[in-house]
Amino acid sequence: MLTLQEVEKMIQAGIPDATVVVNDMTGTGDHLEARVMSKSFVGKTLVQQHQMVYGALGDAMAGPIHALKLTTIATED
Amino acid sequence: MSRDIAQEIQETIDGNPVVLFMKGTPNFPQCGFSAQCVEILNHVGTQFVGVNVLEDPEVRQGIKDFSSWPTIPQLYIKGQFIGGCDITRELFQTGDLKSQLSAAGTIGASEEG
Repeated sequence: MLTLQEVEKMIQAGIPDATVVVNDMTGTGDHLEARVMSKSFVGKTLVQQHQMVYGALGDAMAGPIHALKLTTIATED
Repeated sequence: MSRDIAQEIQETIDGNPVVLFMKGTPNFPQCGFSAQCVEILNHVGTQFVGVNVLEDPEVRQGIKDFSSWPTIPQLYIKGQFIGGCDITRELFQTGDLKSQLSAAGTIGASEEG
């Protein structure tokens, strides 16, 4: 089980300028919701933006995180 | 004889204009995210093929490797990976999903000029 803070840190490690907010949708710690804002999303498709977040989470998506509702926002500054 | 899962997936998405890899079937989704995608596709009125990954563990893993995408459902239009549930919903809300389906010829043209 990962804490919400650990998940936020993992995303931030992969996307250093990102502002990340992670919530637990069910209270069970494995159905999460993440809102990620970053300048590095600018010019990328939604698929590419989400792939960046999944890339930062790596194997956590295959185990401790069962579901992730993901919102990515490209910030201009 | 080992299966070539990537090729099977490629043939499925080449042979059908709209494909949803999902948990359960369009009539009986077994996951909330898959259900939402089915609901959106039905709402915009497109025909689509649902592939139930729960029936085939090799496809369940294979589709994740195929698209470098760790979750299911996954939507494909005209052989192209569109996204998972969140992106499908976002494209539906912006109208882009309808445009792409119109371009694929699976729904009538939208009214925008």
